[in-house]
Amino acid sequence: MSPAPLKILVIDENRIRSAIIEAGLREAGYDQVTIVHDVAGIARRIAEIEPDVIVIDLENPNRDMLENMFQLSRAVKRPIAMFVDRSDTASIEAAVDAGVSAYIIDGLRKERVKPILQMAISRFNAFSRMARELEEARGELEGRKLIERAKGILMKSRGMSEEEAYALLRKTAMNQNRKLSDVAQSLVTAADLLGPGGM
Amino acid sequence: MAQFQVNAGFMPLFDSAVLVTAREIGFAEREGIDLRLSRETSWANIRDRIAIGHFDVAHMLGPMPLACNLGLTPLASDTIVPFSLGLGGNCVTVSNAVWDGMAAHGARADLEPARSGAALGRLIRARAAAGENPLRFAVTHPHSGHNYELRYWLAGCGIDPSREVEIVIVPPPFMADALAAGHIDGYCVGEPWNSVSVVARKGHIATVKAAIWRASPEKVLGVRKSWARDQPDALSALLRALHQAARWCQNAANHGDLTALMAQPAFLGKPAEIQMRALTGRLDVGGDTIRQVEDFFMPFDKAANFPWKSHALWFYTQMVRWGDVRHTPANTSIALDCYRPDLYRAALKPLGVALPGANAKVEGALTTATPVGSAGASLVLGPDGFFDGRIFDPDMLDDYIQSQARPLQLSE
Repeated sequence: MSPAPLKILVIDENRIRSAIIEAGLREAGYDQVTIVHDVAGIARRIAEIEPDVIVIDLENPNRDMLENMFQLSRAVKRPIAMFVDRSDTASIEAAVDAGVSAYIIDGLRKERVKPILQMAISRFNAFSRMARELEEARGELEGRKLIERAKGILMKSRGMSEEEAYALLRKTAMNQNRKLSDVAQSLVTAADLLGPGGM
Repeated sequence: MAQFQVNAGFMPLFDSAVLVTAREIGFAEREGIDLRLSRETSWANIRDRIAIGHFDVAHMLGPMPLACNLGLTPLASDTIVPFSLGLGGNCVTVSNAVWDGMAAHGARADLEPARSGAALGRLIRARAAAGENPLRFAVTHPHSGHNYELRYWLAGCGIDPSREVEIVIVPPPFMADALAAGHIDGYCVGEPWNSVSVVARKGHIATVKAAIWRASPEKVLGVRKSWARDQPDALSALLRALHQAARWCQNAANHGDLTALMAQPAFLGKPAEIQMRALTGRLDVGGDTIRQVEDFFMPFDKAANFPWKSHALWFYTQMVRWGDVRHTPANTSIALDCYRPDLYRAALKPLGVALPGANAKVEGALTTATPVGSAGASLVLGPDGFFDGRIFDPDMLDDYIQSQARPLQLSE
């Protein structure tokens, strides 16, 4: 599989190091690399470049500023690879396992750049997929609870069996082209508004 | 031979002093701890290095562990707070130009939050009427006491912090330069980064954290939850060392040694004279005007190290107020579980020191210093008022959040 044309932004005040990173990335076939040495006006640059990956030196105090900017622009979900001069193999693995970071050990060599960046990207993708699945699972669980409550309301107020109540909810959802949990939510809200007497 | 090794991260700010002295003056060693300190350059590094296991504990912004546990940060591990590293210590500094504008609208060099805030409001509306850009203020991190107290002050003075000013993030050591270069018009940060602007004659201190909310929480010891669970003895020993270190830092007899230690480049790297302003509360607010601020920064007194659950909950109310997080029962309980006075009590009980009788308090209720019932020795709390006279009762959480959700009442 050939790599997609990935847009990479490298933010590093250290020109020598950023040159090594850039060379490593270009050799690895990433030709859309932008290097920024000064974070002044970075917000506009990010908006222009729309990078897929941002590589920033861990020692850069502006990390907090950048992170906040990503959060505000909802771009925080893009992988942020961080390079640091001092680290060890265990730390790299721990960082990469944590999902969004990559470290490079002392004596930065350009051939190290590609595998670490790739690892960061694939780990990030796995991480964001997992986060998304978790979010969906959570939503589903909440939906299921709502459906249980809605069924209970129908059974109590209309003397239905559990199956009848569920069938009615499902039919309503289908007829109205809505999600089952949304129909259940409406019913629960209505019942709450009407109070105990309404049930 | 040390019994435990503890890896800790800190940022170059004066309120890292308790951690630094725990190692450098030998309190950690006496508790059998080899405390290894790493100076960091960003709060994001501190958080990430806790998450990936480089650090067991760290100097952290008070709301930061909440943000981690509430899932608001890109990389986070469950982080708990068994110890607070101090109360107060921040100021709001504005450029000379903004200060002149505020003074023209009635501000005085008295640090009075209501008066200076009202003057700032008049200046902001005069600028808006003239079609000028909104003023830009900087804080150190979105999930910081600085951000929330700046917003609380502005909102309490009828200024909408989300619309009438711009709030950006700037690292503490860059604040003074950014102000001098005109990139920002003001900032809220811990000392010595306010006095640095005053000394350079580039800024004026408009008000202080101790006046916005007296005896309010600032930095904490953030601890990776899994480490606390696996190493309860190391944690207890560390908390005892920090307790002794904090008491040492508060003692005026040690302030010369403390400022000399922190002046070293490995720690804060700023002259002792500037640090002394935070310790004594004797601030040059600008133009050689000296103001004495009561309880400006407290590393130990007034139960400064106790991790009050009401502090965590107040941070949570502000996170809700400014749209960082939704107010739900689940989020409330995450905020409530974050600060751990039980661990503080367990570690310090053997020392027979004063411990508060409760885990939460009504914030803003004490108008004078008040001795409180406590196990062991005597303990004095307060005064702890908010500048607008409001009270935060953690039992009335929903009401408090509701009252702040109302549209701002513009004073004019």
